[in-house]
Amino acid sequence: MASGGRPERQAPPEFFYNEDEAKKYSSNTRMIEIQSHLSERALEILKLPDQPCFVLDIGCGSGLSGESITEQGHYWVGMDISSHMLDVAVDREVEGDLILGDMGYGIPFKPGTFDGVISISALQWLCNADKKYHHPPKRLLKFFTSLYAAVARGGKAVFQFYPENSSQLELITQQAMKAGWTGGLVVDYPNSTKAKKMFLCLFAGGQPQQLPKGLGEEQSSSSHVSFTDKRERMKNMRGKNPKTNKDWILSKKERRRRQGKEVRADSKYTGRKRKDKF
Amino acid sequence: MKLLTHNFLTSNIIKGVKNGYPLSILPGKVEMKEVDFNPEFITRMLPKIEWSALQKAAKECGFEEGLPDTVGEEQLGDTDLLKRVHKALLEIEVVEGKLVCPESGREFPINNGIPNMLLNEDEV
Repeated sequence: MASGGRPERQAPPEFFYNEDEAKKYSSNTRMIEIQSHLSERALEILKLPDQPCFVLDIGCGSGLSGESITEQGHYWVGMDISSHMLDVAVDREVEGDLILGDMGYGIPFKPGTFDGVISISALQWLCNADKKYHHPPKRLLKFFTSLYAAVARGGKAVFQFYPENSSQLELITQQAMKAGWTGGLVVDYPNSTKAKKMFLCLFAGGQPQQLPKGLGEEQSSSSHVSFTDKRERMKNMRGKNPKTNKDWILSKKERRRRQGKEVRADSKYTGRKRKDKF
Repeated sequence: MKLLTHNFLTSNIIKGVKNGYPLSILPGKVEMKEVDFNPEFITRMLPKIEWSALQKAAKECGFEEGLPDTVGEEQLGDTDLLKRVHKALLEIEVVEGKLVCPESGREFPINNGIPNMLLNEDEV
């Protein structure tokens, strides 16, 4: 993927993730690191209870994300459209069960099966029409509707994905809401181009829940501009030389002191006018 | 494919199929794979499991493990029962074979332990 360009633009997933591409996911340490980091973060957002849960991993690929699920003591079933990626997963002897399937055709599971769902870098593939009869909005809706059924009430689904543009993002969230899901986007590091990661966090019924906060959002969280009285102050000083003002002198002395320069101590004479006769 | 997965798998994604459950198994190669016993997980899954489907699937794979018809509250602490259920759910592994949709008769091949649930254009 690092070779530039979006993989979604190159070929349908079942052809893009061929043997060579699949091999990367078991040998390229950078890819493995990114994938497992993302899945750990997704699981953190998913916040499963402490008991062992039954989780669905959509677009499980070679089972890297599944390994993080196993580490946390949960059981999982993975679904992917690329048989080569699944073969790699079998070779790696992952704990979860694997299914070859297309998420756009629906999730072939009984209602209420799963306690939670995660998906790492897969959802954006649904926005493509790779076959003549594919209709992305329909496929997305089918996917979200069948997934909604397959998840137990109060269950959560977390999708990490790379939307190509804002209209894809809008389409995905719109179809998810249409299918009955609630929730929204969690964005990690929204101000960084590279580290920015989007998570679609969806709830299937149950109590209304609060979306978790994205990472690195501290500075950006205040959407309004903080109040400053600077303009006011300048207005009041109109007509006077601001530098003869006592406050200004004191603040300048303070500034120079901070810079480690030699400054005379403040006294009652500081900033005072000299007598006329001087 | 484990019988745990099979117990939840349906073929209702095929156009025109209402339930598509339970899928019958035509086993080609079945293996036993040892999996750590986790009583907590099995206990959690007990109410979700469709016992008739599990019994049928185990029989099709050639195992008669003495699985219960239903599990009541009083049986939850029965470790022996949990172990039998654990064995049926997690240790039986269908490596090669076929799954058959009970309504349409459509066959889904299982290769290398992975059931192929991909559909054709006219089935979507």
